[in-house]
Order: sequence, then structure tokens, then C-alpha cells
Amino acid sequence: MDVRQLQVSAIKNGTVIDHIESKNTFKVANILHIEDEHQLVLVGVNLTSGNLGKKGLIKIEGKNLTQDEANKIALIAPDATLNIIKDYEVIEKKKVSLQDELIGIVKCFNPNCISNHEKVRTRFYVERKDLPRLRCHYCERAMEREDIELL
Amino acid sequence: MVSLKDRDIISFRDFTKEEILYILSLSKEMEEKAHPDLLKGKVLATLFFEPSTRTRMSFESAMKLMGGEVIGFVDPGATSIAKGESLRDTVKIVAGYASAIVVRHFLDGAARLVADTVGIPVINAGDGSNQHPTQTFLDLYTIHKTKGTLDDLAIGFIGDLKYGRTVHSLAYALAHFRSYMYFISPPSLRMPPDLLKELSERGVKFQEITSLEEVSDRLDVLYCTRIQKERFADPIEYGKVKGSYHLSKATLDRSKVKKTLKILHPLPRVDEMDESLDETPYAVYFQQAHSGIPVREAILASVLGVKELD
Ligand SMILES: [Zn+2]
Repeated sequence: MDVRQLQVSAIKNGTVIDHIESKNTFKVANILHIEDEHQLVLVGVNLTSGNLGKKGLIKIEGKNLTQDEANKIALIAPDATLNIIKDYEVIEKKKVSLQDELIGIVKCFNPNCISNHEKVRTRFYVERKDLPRLRCHYCERAMEREDIELL
Repeated sequence: MVSLKDRDIISFRDFTKEEILYILSLSKEMEEKAHPDLLKGKVLATLFFEPSTRTRMSFESAMKLMGGEVIGFVDPGATSIAKGESLRDTVKIVAGYASAIVVRHFLDGAARLVADTVGIPVINAGDGSNQHPTQTFLDLYTIHKTKGTLDDLAIGFIGDLKYGRTVHSLAYALAHFRSYMYFISPPSLRMPPDLLKELSERGVKFQEITSLEEVSDRLDVLYCTRIQKERFADPIEYGKVKGSYHLSKATLDRSKVKKTLKILHPLPRVDEMDESLDETPYAVYFQQAHSGIPVREAILASVLGVKELD
């Protein structure tokens, strides 16, 4: 994407989520419930990017991510970067990163886990941030990327 | 000082090597000397959402031998759980009647949820296919007692390694002690890959093989488990597998095992161990079963805070 395009679609205040693996862009859009936004939202897919090949990008006017949203994005799009925009300027740029503990945002993949039977908030320990690998506080089973299902 | 006062006994993930050794030395003290008044005035609630007569009797006996009282239920059909009460509501009420809770449940993680819910110590007597830590403590105690150490042993695990939760938590616990592990099973009942990954990340050396003969002369300990018929969708598949894991005195004599080999089994057995083994010096499984009392006494006394180690 070149500089000219960026300016056309610039937002005044809000968040740009960049470097999403292209095929996961709409999953990220779902996490953020963009359908409920009232201000400008721009979603781009299959944009050319040096290291990812094709990337996706989402810009949301007036949006600050919650911690839960940031954790969910880190699970779905571990390479994504967040750009915080104020008065058309990037005032902060950071990689998404998982917290050490995830509460109430992921479902346990083990059907025999108590968390799938009692009304209780799920709780996982992030054992490896890179894979990622999550271990259930209750049943102690470890899930990796392909098993992770968001709540 | 090592103390487990007010702690929950849920999983081997929660214990340091020092804490494990502390429970084992306290178990020895319990075995050597009676402590009839140690838990006078304490009440243990045993909540068995799934029946396990042996485990329950072993806890009840341990509590009574130390002067404590026992309340509880076995058949959930007779309680309010049958009316749809949540596990958390049930245990919150029970916590008001008791000094500690022993819980067995058919769902993985149930004991952890109980421990998070109540303020008194909770002991896991088996949660689904996850953990059964008091069984593992008595397995460790038996190995320590019969081998004189837990360090640097060559340990074979044989049988159903996929679903055998006692195997999983024993292997996890022995990772503290530089064991060399041999996992001997039919291909369909191998150790879960995520557990093997974890063991190798913790520096454990192991090998997966399909027959005992390949390693029999190297073993210090052989831990046998039952191959359960219910695990097989196809009865023919079960028939094929069960015979190849049948141990008898003759098999062992043929395989040139070490004279000092000790064989453990969590019992009950089905076909996997012949009665001809019972009278050999290898067999320690009945001794293992009897260790259930002192080990559970040690666990109860330590979480109830009446025994600490300097
Ligand atoms: Zn779970």
C-alpha cells in the first residue's frame, strides 16, 4: 500500500490494526463487532506487504481496544500491530501481545472439562506466547492454535 | 520450613520437589507410629459424585485412625444435586459442616473448581481423566520405600498409557527426580503427545516402545496399568491387545529382568498380571495398596495444619 492510499483513508482519532494475516482479517473484524460501530470503519484485505505477502488492515474511527479485544486479536492474528491515531498522527505503535492469563475469552476444547458444564468463567494460562499454547486452569489440558475457539 | 497448612491437593503441577518429599517423609512417620488423637475435633467431608469404594474407604479409615470424624455422600442421586443444584452451591453448603473436603467427580477440573469455591482445604480424589494426586503420592511412596530412592531410576510404564491418569501424574511427578522413562504400550494406547512434549521440555529422557522384552533387563521399576475393555470401540481390537501385555512369573524369568525389579499396579487388575507373580520378590502392589492409609493420613494431617516439617 502506498502513502497516497493511506492518506485517502486516514482517520482522525482511533485505532489502526495492521499486519493481520489477510485470511484472518474478517475474524478480527468480528471480534471488534464492527457492524455495531457508528463512525468510519475501513477494512482492507489482500494488501501487499513485504513479509506477510498479503495482509489485512482495519481502521476504526473513535475506537480504543479493550484488554479482552487485544487478547483475542493476539490469538487470531499474532503478528498484528496496533497504531493509535490522534489528530491524524500515529502517537503509539505496538505489537499485539497476549497477557499471561486469559479469563472468560476462550472456550476449553475438552468436552469433559468442568468449565463446559458449570456456569464459570474460563481461565487459561499462556504457557507459550509464540505458538500460542494455553493451559486450562480447570482440566489442565493444553490447547494450541488450531484448538483455540473464542467465546 | 515446609508447610502445606490450608493448601489444596489438586494436581502435581502445584507441588515443588521439597513438598513432595515432605509428604513422603511424613507418610513414613505415619506408618511407623499411630497418631490416634491428631485430628480430634476435625470433620472430613467425602463427596463422591462418582463411586470409588476403595479410595473413599481409605480416606475414611485414615481420618478415623487419627481421631477425626467423617461425613459425606456417595450416591449423588440421593442429594440435592439430582435436583439440578450446581456443584458450587453444593460445596459452599458442605464447607460449613467440615474442616476439609475430599472430592471425586467424573468431570475434569471439578476438584479445582471446588477448591476455588470454598475456604477450607480440598483434596482431589480423582477428577475425570485428569489427576488423582493421592494415588500418585502412594505410588511415589512405594517406589521410595522399596528402592530406597526416587533419583535416577529406570522406570517402565506398561499398559494403557493413553487414558491411564495414574501414569500421567506419576510420570509428571518423577520428572523432578531425573528418571529414565520407558513407555511400553500398543500403538493405539500411547502417551498423549502434549504430555510427552511437556516431559521433554522439562528435560526428561524417555523412549516409546511396544514390547517389554526390548528393555526388561534395564528396568528398576515397572508400573503396570489395566487395559480397559471400555476404551475399545472394537472388541476384536481389544482381544488382540490384551494378551500381549499379560505379565507372569514365566515372562519375567524369560526376559532376564533385574533381581531388584519392583512391579507396581494401582489395582484392581484384570488380565495384565498373573497370580504367579504375587509370591515373587518383584511384586509390591499389595504393599502399595496398603500404603494408601499412611499416605492419606500424612496428607490430611498436613493440610489441616497439625504437622509441619522444620
Ligand atoms: Zn478445560
